[in-house]
Amino acid sequence: MADKHIDEISGVETTGHEWDGIRELNNPLPRWWLWFFYGTIVWAIVYMILYPAWPLLTSATPGIWGYSSRAEVAAEIVAAKEAQGEMLQKIADSSVQEILADPQLTKFATAAGAAAFKVNCVQCHGSGAAGGAGYPNLNDDDWLWGGNIEQIHQTISHGIRFQDDAETRASEMPAFGDILKPDEIKQVAAYVVSLTEKPHNAALVEPGKQLFADNCASCHGQDAKGNREFGAPNLADAIWLKVRGEEQIIAQIRQPKHGVMPAWTARLGDTTVKELAVYIHSLGGGE
Amino acid sequence: MNLYTAPSTKDRKKTEDEKRPAAPPPHEPLYEAQKKIFPKEIKGRFRRFKWLVMLITLGIYYLTPWIRWDRGPFAPDQAVLVDLANRRFYFFMIEIWPQEFFFVAGLLVMAGFGLFLVTSAVGRAWCGYACPQTVWVDLFLAVERFVEGDRNARIKLDASPWSAQKLAKRTVKHAAWLLIAIATGGAWIFYFADAPSLAFDFVTGHAAFVAYSTVAILTATTYVLGGLMREQVCIYMCPWPRIQGAMLDDNSLVVTYNDWRGEPRGKSAKKAVAEERAVGDCVDCNACVAVCPMGIDIRDGQQFECITCALCIDACDNVMDKLGRERGLIAYATLNEYQSNMALATDGGRSSIDPNRVRKSDGSFVDQIRHFDWKILLRLRTLLYMGVWSAVGLALLVALLSRDRLEINVLHDRNPQFVLESDGSIRNGYTVRLLNMIPERRTVFLSLQGLPGAEMKIPEISTDYADRVFAIPLDPDKATPLKVFVTLPKKAIFDPREGFNFVLEDRASGETDIYHANFNTPGASK
Repeated sequence: MADKHIDEISGVETTGHEWDGIRELNNPLPRWWLWFFYGTIVWAIVYMILYPAWPLLTSATPGIWGYSSRAEVAAEIVAAKEAQGEMLQKIADSSVQEILADPQLTKFATAAGAAAFKVNCVQCHGSGAAGGAGYPNLNDDDWLWGGNIEQIHQTISHGIRFQDDAETRASEMPAFGDILKPDEIKQVAAYVVSLTEKPHNAALVEPGKQLFADNCASCHGQDAKGNREFGAPNLADAIWLKVRGEEQIIAQIRQPKHGVMPAWTARLGDTTVKELAVYIHSLGGGE
Repeated sequence: MNLYTAPSTKDRKKTEDEKRPAAPPPHEPLYEAQKKIFPKEIKGRFRRFKWLVMLITLGIYYLTPWIRWDRGPFAPDQAVLVDLANRRFYFFMIEIWPQEFFFVAGLLVMAGFGLFLVTSAVGRAWCGYACPQTVWVDLFLAVERFVEGDRNARIKLDASPWSAQKLAKRTVKHAAWLLIAIATGGAWIFYFADAPSLAFDFVTGHAAFVAYSTVAILTATTYVLGGLMREQVCIYMCPWPRIQGAMLDDNSLVVTYNDWRGEPRGKSAKKAVAEERAVGDCVDCNACVAVCPMGIDIRDGQQFECITCALCIDACDNVMDKLGRERGLIAYATLNEYQSNMALATDGGRSSIDPNRVRKSDGSFVDQIRHFDWKILLRLRTLLYMGVWSAVGLALLVALLSRDRLEINVLHDRNPQFVLESDGSIRNGYTVRLLNMIPERRTVFLSLQGLPGAEMKIPEISTDYADRVFAIPLDPDKATPLKVFVTLPKKAIFDPREGFNFVLEDRASGETDIYHANFNTPGASK
């Protein structure tokens, strides 16, 4: 511009723009600021070349370094698996008894088992393994099929009444609705209730006891304390699995319900099943 | 006007030179361009004190991580160590666990009030002597002076065109600065790991990335802030000068040009005397300006750039000594003291400064001149700061001497809250953490208190419900987590929730800790 305008007060040249008598001073940006600005532009271009940047229809430009956050996570998972490899190998090579004998292995297996439990088992047994009606509480000391570490391992491995597994634990209670008369069923129920609670009707208990000895003792035992060979529940303790109260006991005798647990070795592998067994054993009821 | 430096020339009396008509002022830009400052070397008592403070502070900073402290085989032997990986903080005989980090917070509070106390008593002493920025700038200036020479040589070198010699000097200077900066960044990381092994790993390229990046960042900041930005950090970046005004008052010591005895200043006193003009002690030699690392003229009065480093006092005292006049033309003085003397020299402001009002005929000062009185240090403000500082310190000391080295934390199982056993008894599960905060192994005893009839089981120690007391071996300097089951027989259950205590005791040392826990039940049995 030929006619440079210098602001009188500041002595700074103006840009020549004027709005209602207000002129804009032509103060350049600080040089350090400009260089930083140019630097960020260069950085952005370099970044776009090196890293994934431009979105495409189904993915993004890969960038010449081929970086991806998924690949990074995958690598981290592989590294974590490798880091655990030694312990996992030891668990695979040991029996459950041997794991329990080694405090370090037990600690690792318990933690791993807890994690596996929260993915695979909580749907039926609850997140605290406290079970529910029809599903055993794994914290207590009442075990249908035995509560030592090997018995627990066996149960998890092959399941209960799981038809696809030849070694599965199997037992069936007959439906006594076809065998006993309704009155007799009431008498048996009264007897069973009397084992842990006061009977409602003492007159039913005595004949019920005889009926129990004739029909039930072969599985549940003469003293009604159950038999782990058949997974027959202990009827004389404080813990009831499927039923609450006399009505439900009658229903269970007439037409029993049976739970089914899948065999887990096929799905999770033996190492994880061992870890699960150690975890269940650690819950407080393990024998 | 300049928004970023305090107005300085308005308040003082104009000298003869300045009364001459000056050229119309050039335009003042909104931002001040950087003024290059070439502080001159000076010798004197404050300079010596500054060297001493530099020696001590840098010595502490660089050497502390190398001090060893034997804590036995189970703890690191570094006297001062912030062990982030293991969440421990070691400070000589004191070991701090994460939950005790309030000690560090308390120390920071003490540092804050200590700064208030020092500032209210002796002004910006922190800025002038102990602030890391000041210390490192001083060190960098010493290097610069060693390489490039003193003020005049440096001014000349700076103005001269680039030559091989200039390039060589500049290269040596910046290389030395960078070395100091690397050492500074390097010293920092030694506080966070075992110094000798980290030093070895660092030079052999095996140290963690965070170590290298920390050193890189601290090297860059030290070099840029201490070498290149210098006084601009104090003027533009530091928040402390902005808030310290709240701690200063009329009785705080500040570096003061005593113009009541210095003015009217003049280069040629003889000529002035011959012309029978009044003459002050200031000979306008500019020594005080030449030595100032902040580039100010203290004779312009109080300025917020002044870090009260007192180098101008040394410079002026040297000149006064040569002239055979009394020291203290520039001195640490309180505003009260200054104003009283000023009133004396100006007859309460009724006239301009007249040296004859403060001098006797033999040249000594009149008796009414006020001098600094140490008693001024003890006033309500300083005593209050002192009180708070001591109270925090005392509280920390009491906390330190009475703190537990054995602790128990208990977490009740949330799911399930309780478990029914086959005999009708109720079991509760707890995760118990036993904290052994000494670097020695020991055996402690965990027992139940209350909850009659209940028994305890700790599978890791014993698989039996043996009794209500368990002996538990604890690793040194570790938290030991244990799964603990407590079982209450059916006949002892009455309330949905019953309180009891876990009691932890070290029978050898007599230490105990109690945790009040709850036992949950479904309620009284029928």
